Amino acid sequence: MTRSSRLNPAWLLVAPLLLLVLVMFGGPLVNILWLSLTDPEPGLGNYAALIEKDSLRKLIWTTLRVCLITTVLSVILGYSIAYAMANVAEATRHRMMLFILISFWISVLVRTFSWIMLLGRNGLLNNGLIEAGLISQPIPFVRNEVGVLIGMVHYMIPYAVLPILAAMQGIDRRVLQASRNLGARPAQTFWRVYLPLTKPGIIAGALLVFILSLGFYVTPAILGGGKVLMVAEYISVQILVTLKWGTAAMLAVVMLASVLALLYILSRFMKLSAALGGGRT
Amino acid sequence: MSTVAASGGLTLRGLVKRYGAVQAVAGIDLEIRRGEFLTLLGPSGSGKTTLLMMIAGFQDATEGDILLDGQPITGTPAEKRNFGMVFQGYALFPHMTVADNIGYSLSVRGRPKAEIAGRVAEMLELVQLTGKERRLPSELSGGQQQRVALARALAFSPPVLLLDEPLGALDRKLRVEVQEQLKDLHRRVGTTFIYVTHDQDEALSMSDRVVIMRDGRIEQVGSPEELYTRPRTEFAASFLGKSNFLQRDGRRWSIRPERIDLVAQGLGRVSGRVLSLNYFGPVLKYQIETAEHGPLEVDVDAWRGGPALQPGAQVGLDWKDDAAVPLDE
Repeated sequence: MTRSSRLNPAWLLVAPLLLLVLVMFGGPLVNILWLSLTDPEPGLGNYAALIEKDSLRKLIWTTLRVCLITTVLSVILGYSIAYAMANVAEATRHRMMLFILISFWISVLVRTFSWIMLLGRNGLLNNGLIEAGLISQPIPFVRNEVGVLIGMVHYMIPYAVLPILAAMQGIDRRVLQASRNLGARPAQTFWRVYLPLTKPGIIAGALLVFILSLGFYVTPAILGGGKVLMVAEYISVQILVTLKWGTAAMLAVVMLASVLALLYILSRFMKLSAALGGGRT
Repeated sequence: MSTVAASGGLTLRGLVKRYGAVQAVAGIDLEIRRGEFLTLLGPSGSGKTTLLMMIAGFQDATEGDILLDGQPITGTPAEKRNFGMVFQGYALFPHMTVADNIGYSLSVRGRPKAEIAGRVAEMLELVQLTGKERRLPSELSGGQQQRVALARALAFSPPVLLLDEPLGALDRKLRVEVQEQLKDLHRRVGTTFIYVTHDQDEALSMSDRVVIMRDGRIEQVGSPEELYTRPRTEFAASFLGKSNFLQRDGRRWSIRPERIDLVAQGLGRVSGRVLSLNYFGPVLKYQIETAEHGPLEVDVDAWRGGPALQPGAQVGLDWKDDAAVPLDE
């Protein structure tokens, strides 16, 4: 009796959910970790392959390269879009936000195939250029790394725009006026005041884009045409085709660990909640 | 200090600011003298902040001209006007240290580091913040932030300093203290100060001249004493201090509560009955009902005015001829 009266009854409400998370989420995670250490045989063999096997090293390098380029491009383009949105009339901003959200809501599969139709060998762009007599051979926009980057950046831009826009809208206009009043040219005001004040938004956006890019599957698989192999697709092949579950589990563990490590490093430099909340005032 | 301004006289000519059909500033003509402490005083919506923003260059004038020492600057962008400004809420750069905030105006002008450091040290001394140079604004108290904002605005020796309700965020006690410091600072740097406030006490205690504004127009300009003793309109009389209004000889008169004396019943110009009294420490404030002028407010020196009168008591009211000031219609 005394025990139950000391227990906060709120826990009873959370308990089923907590149990569900532990069983349905924690369980499989432990299982994956276990698999990566035991399949096909116990030991660190799967992890050693990461260093020993050329194909795996190349896989990791490709993934990191594509994710980094995607992040840089998405943040630069996202910053421009957010800057425009922060500086137009409110009605126009709402309209721009609607367009961003619409592209947000369209399935990644649909968007990827749209890019093929636009940029493929017989796509709208190549056909148009050939008919206009500008080129004689179609330009390979897709089924290579350029195609993957186009598709991924297009998908990721909203994730960069939203936190950056939040940071921009949090800036006190008087601070910018103060800069001008003190004699700073517009470019000086931007580099010395505006950009530093939007840094939390930039970091949050970059973090979000990079982490999401790491696990990208559909876009690289389709727009890469099998030539740009990234971790997610490789894992899928190991599980469904070659049945090397140990290798797949090892890669999943490595990915999860890198994301957590990234978050940890960032938390050393700034308050993570501030970054994910989209800037401070 | 090396901040004595060689210029700083401003002329405002027919300034108008319209937002669609709304006139925020409705024709201002004003001569602001070099080195003076001028206060723009008015209720919110009187156009005083818009006027300041036009002088700063953040708002374009719809009509009219602004001249600095005779040269038109109406079209000059804010960053080329070289006017210092202390913003409402200070608008310090939150990501820069105190020293970087104060040195900003010199740094964007490409001055050498040693010169900036020297000037920053000088300004910190001026506002008594030496030792705080490495702090961030968020680590300072409101009063200290206000002083950093002042130092930042004065660091490049501007001919004119604009202040937009700089004491609004401070508590009452600190405000009186900072008023003294501001006045002292103005004496030392010799810069023209243009100060916007809705607080009559600030206006009275600090300014060389006060501009009372109403509905985008100037209601009256003058020294604090002039405005207090000789208000020309009912609005000026009631916005700056308290006033009773009398109707006599076909026109309106203003008479300050402390200029009315209480005398024995039957003496004085009019007689009345005490409605209420309130004790305010140095003064007793009476409400007295008179047959001729309705209820009048009378302030009496609590120590020299004799024993307090109780509500219902009959008294005579008297005043000197110059106590009642005729008002414009």
